[in-house]
Amino acid sequence: MITVESLQRSGLGPISFTVGDGECLAITGPSGAGKSLLMRAIVDLDPNTGEVTTGLMNRAETPAPEWRKHVALLPSETGWWMDNVGDHFLRPTKIAEHLPEIGLSPDAMSWDVSRLSSGERHRLGLLRCLEKLPNVLLLDEPTAALDTETTTQVEALLHSLMEKGITILLVTHDVDQPARLGCKTMHIENGQVVA
Amino acid sequence: MSGYVSLTYLDLVLASSFLVLNGALSLWLKLGLERKLAIAAARMIVQLLLVGLLLKSLFAVVSPLLTALVAIAMIILAGREVWARQDRKLAGIWGFSLGTGAMMFSGVTITVIALTTQIQPDPWWTPRFALPLFGMILGNSMTGISLSLDTLNTAATRERTAIEAQLLLGRSKWEAMRPFTRRALRTGFMPIINSMAATGIVSLPGMMTGQILSGVDPTEAVKYQLLVMFLIGGSTGLGVLMAVLGSVHRLMDDRHRLRLDRLT
Repeated sequence: MITVESLQRSGLGPISFTVGDGECLAITGPSGAGKSLLMRAIVDLDPNTGEVTTGLMNRAETPAPEWRKHVALLPSETGWWMDNVGDHFLRPTKIAEHLPEIGLSPDAMSWDVSRLSSGERHRLGLLRCLEKLPNVLLLDEPTAALDTETTTQVEALLHSLMEKGITILLVTHDVDQPARLGCKTMHIENGQVVA
Repeated sequence: MSGYVSLTYLDLVLASSFLVLNGALSLWLKLGLERKLAIAAARMIVQLLLVGLLLKSLFAVVSPLLTALVAIAMIILAGREVWARQDRKLAGIWGFSLGTGAMMFSGVTITVIALTTQIQPDPWWTPRFALPLFGMILGNSMTGISLSLDTLNTAATRERTAIEAQLLLGRSKWEAMRPFTRRALRTGFMPIINSMAATGIVSLPGMMTGQILSGVDPTEAVKYQLLVMFLIGGSTGLGVLMAVLGSVHRLMDDRHRLRLDRLT
């Protein structure tokens, strides 16, 4: 679970909400409303105030690197800092087995980052997040660059994660996605929650 | 000093005609460099003539206070140069003080050690030894530090997603910055490494050439040049390391966040 209380930063909030274990909250709203800012604030990537806790940890008492392993964010633009895909993973051979489940070739671990499409980057970025075994997963438009079939595969993966008790926060522009994943929704406009 | 040939101002005018020729070529080929060339040459002439007069009177007076004042002025000017040579720099007082502080610490430390233990003039701060030595050390540290800070700050801006991706995977600020810290350090060290490797084969260093031209035995000139190169290498390395680590420290905060808002 995750509880956010009076989270505030420039252009956003204060925002408060709670999402339970294995539940999902979809954050919707127009571009520039502050959805990504909210995600970044929760993982403490930008200066902000307010309290964030999960069932196991309190953000204020946890060193930032530990917190970000526990509450993982997949940003809308994934970053890569080495040439080879596999070098970005802790256990590339183990991950390779799971690649077909989300429509990727098993040898993607040996690819060059420069040849990845944006959809491939995003799915690999998701797997990279999951390697840290987070309890809460924040996803910023995880299926924006994917076709229908691949979106279905990724949603199936998200379903299975929720069944394991992982809490998911999801930014999406796909109006039907919250219903497909069984998410509650929260609408944001101009940095404020709109009821 | 045997065989020292004094130059007349006419000799200098003749030598400068080659530079004038370059300016004319630039005009003819429409390179647009003639203005810059003229300004740089004019600055060089004025600066060197002034510094010659200044040094002459300083050497005559031998005052510790005046020597220290000139050294401080050199540090401030070099600091301004480091600051101006960075495309993206730290905002506020940090932008100037980090590079200047690193340069001052490494330059002063190394110069003082060299003067007191190796060259040993009497007194150790004798301006004729202290100021040229400090100038050479400072000038080279300045190049290294400005290059490395420029590389680091540019990389932090351009590679933001790559740095934040690592932070998001639970890496510490030092780990996330490591590829870019390393790149910045390498860039800062490169000029001194290159000049050490090429010295004596491709070119004779300016100071050594100057000594030989003024009649010093080449083997003696080489010894002085080696000493100076070691000092320059040491102080550039120390200064670059301090400046880069200080800048990483400032670009990241204690919650391991990349703070690009601290850059201008």
